[in-house]
Amino acid sequence: MAFVTANWNPLGDAFYRKVELYEMGWSLKDGLRDCHVAAAPYGGPIAVLKESQRCSPSVRPQLDIYTASGMPVAAFPWKSGVVKQLGWTVGDDLLCVQEDGTVLVYDLFGSFKRHFSMGNELVQSHVLEAKVFHSPYGTGIALLSGTFRFILATNIEDLKLRRLPEVPGLQGAPSCWAVLSQDRQSKVLLAAGPDLYMLDTTACTPVIPPGLTPQASSIVHMAVSFSYKYLAFFTDSGHVWMGSANLKDKLGEVETKMKTPPKQMAWCRRPKGQQPSVVVMWEKNLLVAGQCQETIQYHLDEDSVLVPEMDGVRIISGSHHELLQEVPAACEEIFKIASMAPGALLLEANREYEKESQKADEYLREIKEQDLLGEAVKQCVEAAGYEHEPETQKMLLRAASFGKCFLSNFRPELFVHMCRDLRVLNAVRDYTVGIPLTLPQYKQMTVQVLIDRLVHRKLYPLAFEICRYLKTPEYQGVSRVLKHWACCKVQQKEEADEVIARAISVKLGETAGISYSDIAAKAYECGRTELAIKLLEFEPRSGEQVPLLLKMKRSQLALSKAIESGDTDLVYTVVTYLKNEMNRGDFFMTLRNQPVALSLYRQFCKHQEPETLKDLFNQDDDHQELGNFYVRASYQEGKLETRVSLLQSAVDEYNKAKNEFAAKATEEEIRLLRFQRRVEEEKGERVLGCSLHDTLHCLLTLGLHKQAEQLYKDFRVPDKRYWWLKLTALAEKEDWEELEKFAKSKKSPIGYLPFVEVCVKHLNKYEAKKYVSKVTPEQKVKAHLAVGDLEGAAEAAIERRSEGEVSLVLSRCSATTDRTIVDRLNRARAAAAKK
Amino acid sequence: MAHSARRDAPELPDFSLLKRLARDQLIYLLEQLPGKKDLFIEADLMSPLDRIANVTMLKQHDVDKLYKVENTPIFSTCDQICFLIRPRIQTVKWIADTVNADKAAGKFRKYKIIFTPQKFYACETVLEEQGIYGDVSTDEWAFYLLPLDDDIISLELPEFFRDNFLEGDQRWVTTGGSALHLLHSLFGPFSKVYGIGRCAKMVYESWREQVEESEQKAQKSEIGNVFLIDRDVDFVTPLCSQVVYEGLVDDIFRIKCGCVEFGPDVTTADKSMKVMLNSQDKVFSEIRNEHFSNVFGFLSQKARNLQTAYDRRGMDIKQMRTFVSEELKGLKQEHRLLSLHIGASESMMKKKTKQDFQELLKTEHSLLEGFDIRECITYIEEHINRQVSMIDSLRLLCLLSLTENGLLPKDYRSLKTQYLQSYGIEHLLTFANLRQLGLLVEQQPGDALTAMESKVGKLVNDKTAEKLTGAFSSLAKKSNFRALSKKLALVPKTGEEYDLRVPRDMAYVFSGAYIPLSCKLIEQVLERDGWTGLEEVTRMLNGNEFVVTASHSGADARFKTDSQRIILVMFLGGCSYSEISALRFLGREKGYKFIVLTTAIINSARLMEAMLDNHV
Repeated sequence: MAFVTANWNPLGDAFYRKVELYEMGWSLKDGLRDCHVAAAPYGGPIAVLKESQRCSPSVRPQLDIYTASGMPVAAFPWKSGVVKQLGWTVGDDLLCVQEDGTVLVYDLFGSFKRHFSMGNELVQSHVLEAKVFHSPYGTGIALLSGTFRFILATNIEDLKLRRLPEVPGLQGAPSCWAVLSQDRQSKVLLAAGPDLYMLDTTACTPVIPPGLTPQASSIVHMAVSFSYKYLAFFTDSGHVWMGSANLKDKLGEVETKMKTPPKQMAWCRRPKGQQPSVVVMWEKNLLVAGQCQETIQYHLDEDSVLVPEMDGVRIISGSHHELLQEVPAACEEIFKIASMAPGALLLEANREYEKESQKADEYLREIKEQDLLGEAVKQCVEAAGYEHEPETQKMLLRAASFGKCFLSNFRPELFVHMCRDLRVLNAVRDYTVGIPLTLPQYKQMTVQVLIDRLVHRKLYPLAFEICRYLKTPEYQGVSRVLKHWACCKVQQKEEADEVIARAISVKLGETAGISYSDIAAKAYECGRTELAIKLLEFEPRSGEQVPLLLKMKRSQLALSKAIESGDTDLVYTVVTYLKNEMNRGDFFMTLRNQPVALSLYRQFCKHQEPETLKDLFNQDDDHQELGNFYVRASYQEGKLETRVSLLQSAVDEYNKAKNEFAAKATEEEIRLLRFQRRVEEEKGERVLGCSLHDTLHCLLTLGLHKQAEQLYKDFRVPDKRYWWLKLTALAEKEDWEELEKFAKSKKSPIGYLPFVEVCVKHLNKYEAKKYVSKVTPEQKVKAHLAVGDLEGAAEAAIERRSEGEVSLVLSRCSATTDRTIVDRLNRARAAAAKK
Repeated sequence: MAHSARRDAPELPDFSLLKRLARDQLIYLLEQLPGKKDLFIEADLMSPLDRIANVTMLKQHDVDKLYKVENTPIFSTCDQICFLIRPRIQTVKWIADTVNADKAAGKFRKYKIIFTPQKFYACETVLEEQGIYGDVSTDEWAFYLLPLDDDIISLELPEFFRDNFLEGDQRWVTTGGSALHLLHSLFGPFSKVYGIGRCAKMVYESWREQVEESEQKAQKSEIGNVFLIDRDVDFVTPLCSQVVYEGLVDDIFRIKCGCVEFGPDVTTADKSMKVMLNSQDKVFSEIRNEHFSNVFGFLSQKARNLQTAYDRRGMDIKQMRTFVSEELKGLKQEHRLLSLHIGASESMMKKKTKQDFQELLKTEHSLLEGFDIRECITYIEEHINRQVSMIDSLRLLCLLSLTENGLLPKDYRSLKTQYLQSYGIEHLLTFANLRQLGLLVEQQPGDALTAMESKVGKLVNDKTAEKLTGAFSSLAKKSNFRALSKKLALVPKTGEEYDLRVPRDMAYVFSGAYIPLSCKLIEQVLERDGWTGLEEVTRMLNGNEFVVTASHSGADARFKTDSQRIILVMFLGGCSYSEISALRFLGREKGYKFIVLTTAIINSARLMEAMLDNHV
């Protein structure tokens, strides 16, 4: 077991270990000397920019991007300005902060994405120092300008520059500074000689770290922990002060006996760690200073860079990549020399078992006697997660598996999940992939993010396999990977559209949750319109195709797809687009072939642009609708002349539409309007706009019989209508004399019963009775009843020998007052029944 | 007298949940605009809103004053204004004018438009064109469904009918789909969907797409089956005079959102009164489905019963106390309702027992039966000539055309001429609309169109042919009423006595003269569990019938539960109270429970009014 603990060093109660992750695959001439180096956390990529001699601008420095294992990813000569700082965003983009305040953004493969400026003043004052930091709000940048002002952006995706307040009395550059993320805002902590200031957006506050040794006259270096919770200072007296980031508590202080300011300093702690420490790096050595005031010294052979992680510090040098961390409790328990922890015993038992020795039973018994077998298995599984060597992992898992056999109801998930996670981790830690994630880091970043990172690196097959292996839901897993793959695929310029489209459709098939339109959009972005159209054909939801088709100016196709989708809003979007895009004639022609779109547009025009509506009908030679349009327009018009001319247009259109009926009706309306106008002028009566019937009624009630007569003849009003009209009008006027004259003028086409009824309605029974005799025999009974003449009614009914009428009369009789009539009727009925 | 329901009739789901959801969302939206604000409400949203939230509740959420949208300049002093409107271009234009007027006057306010049930892109275009897109914020209030009663849910979208069937504007299809989706997600899953009509098919598609896009959660189904039907499948039924109490009340007094305003002649007081008409009203719920001729008898019986209930001589003190504390209130309530309905009946009697109404009914029945058509035409002519009623005349003309499969060219011209003489030339447009919908058409010499259709159909592929047929069918919509009536036995044999007290079929809602086509179709499809055997009928109805069984249920015996006998009937384009009564009757007979989901409650007058071109 000695080999496992060979690289362990005690620090207080805990142990620290330095594990080699990779032997670097790169070939750097002078190691990392005089280089800008930026390595992203979570085992991210490394960017290296060789610092060239400033004096000769003709020599272009080279910017290289490597994986964490030193495999080259991209390399290109640096052509822009002087770089002050390199950094990585959370999305694996490279940030290059230039002296003039410009920040250039490159992707992992070294292609330029965009640039932005951190403020115009920097062109003048220049950037003295820059720091790239990560917080829950994204990736941020903090700058110190040549005028000793701090400029800060918390999230470069949503760039809001903040100029922090001036530090009073600051004459030169601060000796050191750091960015803190506290109370949901980013702050800068800076040390200027003996003073310490906290800068936030509003104020500059002097602060004093509690318990700082009095020997120190200034702070020369500071480091913030990965979680922004802890802070460490290095003083000119060689002390390392450790405390909380809010500067309220002191954790400890260590004297290093080193007076030179360190090159780099970083916190090294792990969640649930026992012994947090600060790693301080100088030119040739590395010091781990624990809270317990003990230290570990390492010698450094070459220039190195510290990369703080959530559970340790990575040390990258020209030839090696190592991880320095506190040994996790589970590993310590198992591997510590002479450990009697259940996990250690179980491991021993398994080893004996594999040797086929009976000692295995003894060890096992010992654990079981303490009833700690479950605990032992758990320890082994947990420890396996913290080990980097697959052999050690296997050894521990085998032991766990062995111990599990003797437990009846141990839940298998723990073991199974660990195996699964380790398999994924080992795959991504592989030299060729080069993502040296630890288990806690992996858990923190989640599978989704890991998949994203793999996809970013175009490691599609690996990402795909991991999704399948972990059974990630299609939508988040396989589909996402395939989509990215397809988006990448369409950018391969050398392949033919046909080939790419086929390749994509074969691979993607019917996978759920894939939007072909997104892929097509990407293809279009790359200038491959034909390919985009081919890809769109695979998109099952026609609605999804529309926006892109519009973008590609395939408006006709977009319109039919929108209609196919049944979403009227989408249709309307296309219609509006077409309206602005095409000339009128073409636009109307397009609509003509699409009734759905046409009716939508018509609805819109009806309210917004009536004139357009007219043009639309004109274009279609839809004379019927044009006629209707003019009629509609005419009754919104007040002036008679315009009205008539509109109606005349309507007549023309109706004629063209061969709608004789409507043409004639409209012509008559024109005549009527003219007539009404005349009446208005002559008699001063308002009749304009009334219907023929109403006009007649009006004339008759006014006693303008001559005009009424004329209208009646001119418009060939049916006799029946005219009689009804005149009858009611006269009755309303109670002009009974005229009515009688009218009744006698000729034989009534509506009979005389209406005369009776109308008179009765106007409560004139006397007049009504005059007409009863004229009524036809069939209506006699009704007429008698209408005037209330029961006797007459009875007589008529009996005369007509109508059973129905007899009962009708009977129903009107009251048994008491009309005794005689009732008797008569009953008799007549009986007589009729006999026959 | 209400017919006792079959004992195994399933329980209806509780739709008050819909109101709660709508209310909560409205509150949420109002709170999106914090602080005091004036609320402008679209006129026809007033009544539906009343059913959801009262003024107190609105005031609680900082609504200062309430106004009706009236297309006139506004006089509000509040610096925050909220508009609650239907997505209509006209209203949005008015808002744009208002905002621009404010701008011109140098007034700065916050504006928010809440569209209900959804916003349309066209409305946003108007905002953009009027240059105020940036000045207003917009939101959607997904208030799709208003439960009017235990078994009636309305979308309260009267314009659905005209927009969809006349203007060919399909924007409401998705609304229909969303409404169905909402019910599905709350009371589904539906196991079977039947439907007929082009719009029904599109609504079904829209709903299905929404279901596919959203997450399915397993729940106990409360509504098993759905029947979608387009209004243009059956125009005859809503055009007939209603004679069932509820329908008659609607025809005469106009029920608005389940509420009716009785005038002084009914209330026998000096002011009119708003009354909610639903199953909560014990008296109404017993007479709503009755033929009008029975109502009086029933009410007087009820009055006598009430009399006896009041008249409790010989009670001791204790009994008296319980009577006063427990029964009296109920009796008083019943008394009040009873006197109202008696008043309403009297008022209706006055109007409806007159000679002309009897003759009108007689004419309608003749038309339905196809007898004495000449006499009917004469009657209609007289009706027009005497200017009896603009709407009624139009309705009779349509009924004549529908039942006769179009008018003879001679009659077509002369009747139209006379109508124009009576009511003015603007009805040229009305006639154009009616023609387009196939409500009032000229008889076609021969079947020229059908022949052409089939020829065209052979030439082009199926999809285009379908579209073409669609286009043709709207050109020459044939009602085929006579043939349908024969095939489905819609008109009972004449001569037989029909006892309206004991109805034997759904024809009772039209005095035994006619079984509503729409309801008969539903009955037949449910009986056959599909459209098999109805091929000829569907052909005459222009096809577009469909039936879909959900994949997951099928033969599972557990699904043969109550929910299978609850049927949601969705009328696209509206339905009448008579149809609802007929369905209730059918439900009682067959042990079903029908839930009516309609885009709006219609009657003949509303249907005809929708055809007028009102340009004020």
